[in-house]
Amino acid sequence: MQLNSPLSEVKETIVPAKRSHLAVKLQAAKTIIWRDKYLYLMLIPFILWYLIFAYKPMYGLQIAFKDYSLFKGISGSPWVGFENFERFFRSEYFIRNLVNTFMINLWGLIFAFPAPIILALLLNEVKNVMFKKTVQTITYLPHFISVVIIAGIVTNFLAPTNGIVNIMIEKLGGEKINFLAMPEFFRTIYIGSMQIWKDVGYSAIIYLAAIAGINPALYEAAKMDGANRWKQMWHITLPGMLPTIMILLILNLGSFLEVGYESIILLYQPATYETADVINTYVYRAGLQGGNYEVGAAAGLFNSVVSLILVVVANRLSKKMTNIGLW
Amino acid sequence: MRQSYSDKLSSGFIAIILILLSVVCLYPFVYVLSASFSSGNAVITGEVVLFPKDITLDSYKSILAKEGLWQAYGNTVFYTVAGTAFSILLTICGAYPLSKSRLRGRTFVAFFIAFTLWFGAGLIPTYLNFKELGLLDTRTSIIVGFAVSAFLVILLRTFFQSIPDSLEESAKMDGANDLQILRYIYLPLSKPALVTVGLIYAVGKWNSYFWAMILLKDENKIPLQVLLKKMIVEMSLNEELTGSMNAANTMSQETFIYATIIVSILPIVLVYPFLQKYFVKGTMIGGIKE
Repeated sequence: MQLNSPLSEVKETIVPAKRSHLAVKLQAAKTIIWRDKYLYLMLIPFILWYLIFAYKPMYGLQIAFKDYSLFKGISGSPWVGFENFERFFRSEYFIRNLVNTFMINLWGLIFAFPAPIILALLLNEVKNVMFKKTVQTITYLPHFISVVIIAGIVTNFLAPTNGIVNIMIEKLGGEKINFLAMPEFFRTIYIGSMQIWKDVGYSAIIYLAAIAGINPALYEAAKMDGANRWKQMWHITLPGMLPTIMILLILNLGSFLEVGYESIILLYQPATYETADVINTYVYRAGLQGGNYEVGAAAGLFNSVVSLILVVVANRLSKKMTNIGLW
Repeated sequence: MRQSYSDKLSSGFIAIILILLSVVCLYPFVYVLSASFSSGNAVITGEVVLFPKDITLDSYKSILAKEGLWQAYGNTVFYTVAGTAFSILLTICGAYPLSKSRLRGRTFVAFFIAFTLWFGAGLIPTYLNFKELGLLDTRTSIIVGFAVSAFLVILLRTFFQSIPDSLEESAKMDGANDLQILRYIYLPLSKPALVTVGLIYAVGKWNSYFWAMILLKDENKIPLQVLLKKMIVEMSLNEELTGSMNAANTMSQETFIYATIIVSILPIVLVYPFLQKYFVKGTMIGGIKE
């Protein structure tokens, strides 16, 4: 007790000091919040929007673990654990659609991802400003056209009897082909129209911006050392674009499972489901069209979780290997 | 400086590739335009390759006569104008406070938004949310439902941050509050960024079809893109059923769709010079920070 008394005395003096310190802090916080009251006021509708339209659906994701009934509503429906996931994983479509999702992405990475990089490199080599601008103006245009119209053009061009492509094939002495009904052509058609044709010019902009940021002195030095155009491209331009390429690659991996289902449903048909049906198109058909909400939600949640993991892993790998990351 | 022989050769090679690419990008538009002015017969027999054949305005006349199409066109204009206005307003409400480093809780709100970029609830919960809110089959759902793009909030915030603080400080000295500073200093200075953000929203809304297709059942409310989708599906069904080209309706149907496509991309093509200029800017601003 005796030993403690000096200590308790000290405590006694500290506690009120702490308390008043806290009060001062609180007061300071109050004045700061009052100072920025208009800013907080502005944030209110913004945050409300996010709560209602982005976070409330996340709360609704619980139906993935429930036996959802329209009458009982989201909270009232009984829990069923992982039953919906089991049904999804066991369905005959799961493996097929997962493989399709993977293959479409892989094709996209191999053919569509490098296309704007190559276009930017080529445009960078063009000395004639007028020519460069014209090419850019023309290649950006498809980006602004809706996927419905692109799908319409593709469908019309490839139509089995009256499509311009088949008419040409016939004129050249070939057999008409019903491209859109053949599973082996789906990936080529989808990647070619919705990814490359639509976005190659537009995606090249960001790479051109990266190229513009490269220090011109590097090129001067390379020229002194006798590097030709291709060597300059390989040793200076490409490494200069690497941070941008890596960031877009990570973003690309993050949307791996999302694939462009909104454009896929415009181009596929039952005859091509074999290669065209992906997880989200299945969610659309089973869930929204078939009314099987809980399995659709489970499949969607599977999609979202895997996407989140992919982007985190891709970011970490990229940081380790190239020191470039999103966060 | 003189170009070497191999340099000239590679320049020529590059030019040829770029010209080919431009042709591939442009050709579908030229074809659709030519076909829309040609007779149905010339189109399906493959006489139209580059230029219109048997020039006629029949397709455009039948568009004018089709009532649902003008209704859908009007809907699209309304969704685009009202939706863009609402979106810009909300985006400013988010971007401006978040551009102030002095704001308490800023990191939390920024995370709150960024999280939605990496994790989404998915189709079904989003649909059920609209259902629970009683927004199914309403025009409100299209205007309010997909109003904010996190990417554009970040873009605008980045732009606001690039405006020097000294302007704000001197206005504060004169007794201006945050709303006045935003109204009289930041917004006028941010016109190019606001135009960029507005155009990106507007093009997105003009072209969007997926959620309108799911949320709207009433034919009088559907936008142009949804109507176009229906027409295209109908046409390919017809083609499958009839097979060859006997019926007169298949003949005009293709040119009719081509004409509809032209009418629906016309506004985009008209504002294209602006689009190009501002989209490039937007990609640059966003690209640096993202």
